[in-house]
Amino acid sequence: MTGFLLRRIAGALFVLFALSIVVYAIFYVAPGDVARIACGPRCSTAQVDQVREQLRLGDPVYVQYWHFLQGIVAGRDYSTGTALAHCDAPCLGFSYQTDQQVTQLILAKLPVTASLVFGAFVLWIVIGVGTGVLSVWRRGRLSERVLTWLTLTGTATPVFVIGLLLIIVFCSTLAWLPFPQYVPFTEDPEQWMWNLLLPWFALALLESAKYARLTRSSMLETLADDHVRTFRAFGVSEGAILRRHALRGAVAPVIALSALDFGTMFGGAVLTESLFGIPGLARELVEAVKVVDLPVVVGLVMVIGFFVVLANTVADVLYAVADRRVVLA
Amino acid sequence: MTQSLALLGTEAASSSEGPAPGTRSFWRRLRAQKAAMAAGSVIALLVLTALAAPLLTALAGQDPNAYHPEAVDSAAGGVPLGSFGGIGAEHWLGVEPGTGRDLFARIVYGARVSLGVALFATLVQLAIGITLGLAAALGGRWTDQIVSRFTDVNVALPLMVLALALLAIVPQSVPRPVLIALVMGLVGWSGVSKLVRAQALALKHADHVEAARLSGWSTWRIARRELLPSLAAPIITYAALMVPSNISVEAALSFLGVGIKPPTPSWGQMITEADTWYQTAPTYLLIPAGLLFVTVLSLTVFGEGVRLALDPRARTRVLRAGKGSAA
Repeated sequence: MTGFLLRRIAGALFVLFALSIVVYAIFYVAPGDVARIACGPRCSTAQVDQVREQLRLGDPVYVQYWHFLQGIVAGRDYSTGTALAHCDAPCLGFSYQTDQQVTQLILAKLPVTASLVFGAFVLWIVIGVGTGVLSVWRRGRLSERVLTWLTLTGTATPVFVIGLLLIIVFCSTLAWLPFPQYVPFTEDPEQWMWNLLLPWFALALLESAKYARLTRSSMLETLADDHVRTFRAFGVSEGAILRRHALRGAVAPVIALSALDFGTMFGGAVLTESLFGIPGLARELVEAVKVVDLPVVVGLVMVIGFFVVLANTVADVLYAVADRRVVLA
Repeated sequence: MTQSLALLGTEAASSSEGPAPGTRSFWRRLRAQKAAMAAGSVIALLVLTALAAPLLTALAGQDPNAYHPEAVDSAAGGVPLGSFGGIGAEHWLGVEPGTGRDLFARIVYGARVSLGVALFATLVQLAIGITLGLAAALGGRWTDQIVSRFTDVNVALPLMVLALALLAIVPQSVPRPVLIALVMGLVGWSGVSKLVRAQALALKHADHVEAARLSGWSTWRIARRELLPSLAAPIITYAALMVPSNISVEAALSFLGVGIKPPTPSWGQMITEADTWYQTAPTYLLIPAGLLFVTVLSLTVFGEGVRLALDPRARTRVLRAGKGSAA
């Protein structure tokens, strides 16, 4: 087990390293005047030159990249125009357009995205696994077909359509909920919840369809196994077979997929965050892309990639722990 | 050699029961699925509509970019005149609030953009994914390592995130729909590449491939003549489900305002604009949203149908598990 863990962690670190190279190459070796793009349209020629100096854009690419990597591991200094600022490790760069350190910017957005993902996560597991179990229990009947079509509809509906409809129905027509406006948990937990309720549901309805299908197919696969036939022959009740045996077959894949989705959602909830005006990581990315704030874009892509790699690793390890049939190779 | 012979035995045994249906039985099995056939006709209708867009708009006597200020109530802020967003003989699906542009014409041209971008993006994804997957499976150990790590990096970046980020730096002079399709193609190939690599590795030692290698065929020729025909079924299954997801991504990018730019019509873009009008002109939101939903659902159902038709065992598994449900 320890060897397996170490190998997985080493693999993850390697992918992160490769990720940083690819992302750096895509954005900083891009055609065009990178210093001008990074600095923004309001910069004077002198400022652009200063940025070029700081990002070492005159040096060979590998030297530039080395300084970038050094910033992440050990921190580096940036001039804000008037004063010299030290950017602590992990330093992901400096946004010349907003005069902010990218790391600080991301840290400020992190709790917002975490709030969204946590709530939606709980909902999508409950709704998804619940629907899956129900459709297996009712298999062969009308209610199963209805559930199957519902989940198919769920996978086919873009999240911004579900979200818009939820807003229209619950905020506008019925006026049960306020138009979502993010309130930090530390400020007012109750308002935090009410305002996040719709985004949670919008995200969860979409995701839960995937879990319903996964739960269903894993359970059906177990039910088709020979040992289940033996249990039936011994007269074990259908309910007990579902609870004790079929559901167990769904545990490992559901855990693995949730770990993966949980990580992906940290950057993947682009549409939900934009639609509901939740100032999280993904919305920041959209804003940064619109004004071409290059350092922020690069920093966010790296951090989002980091979460996915982390989630991938955790998912692998959890899968191995949950399903003892996996050979730890 | 003995080892490879032993492998040949197992491969042959597993491939005899594997999904290798003839074209005719594939169509028969596909036709047997009512839902998939219904979805298929919806798709055919959409494709025809998209292809015949200029003809249809000429028939309706409308232009997608012509303003009709007389069709909206400028005193009420641009709300379409008439009921249901101005639906009538003149404007078949009503008009766009504010500008009075004909909605039918914009929807029809929007279908062109939606389907065209998604198809082109899928082709780019397939081309990159198949090439890299085959290279990883058939190339040396180092090629495999490099390609696989590169794929891992691609997996680590959610499609939307990478597409968004790339759109910030790509040259803006390229026509927007082509650019969007290329960006989506460049970021969304990892699934295909992983699938092709795994399938090709499993087939690498099958007897017909070994025979081709012994006859001195080049790796490229083996890939083209011996591997790709066997890989067609899983690739088609996967690709059938890539199209609807690409349609959603294009709509999403346009919804976020970084995809297709006005005045080119796009469903995602219409949904964004409709956001501010849903109280006074709900049809302006419901028509593109409904069409997007129907398109993605039809393509998904059809893709599922293709999967079941290509892999008959998928259905048998469900049936076997169904035993005992009568109790």
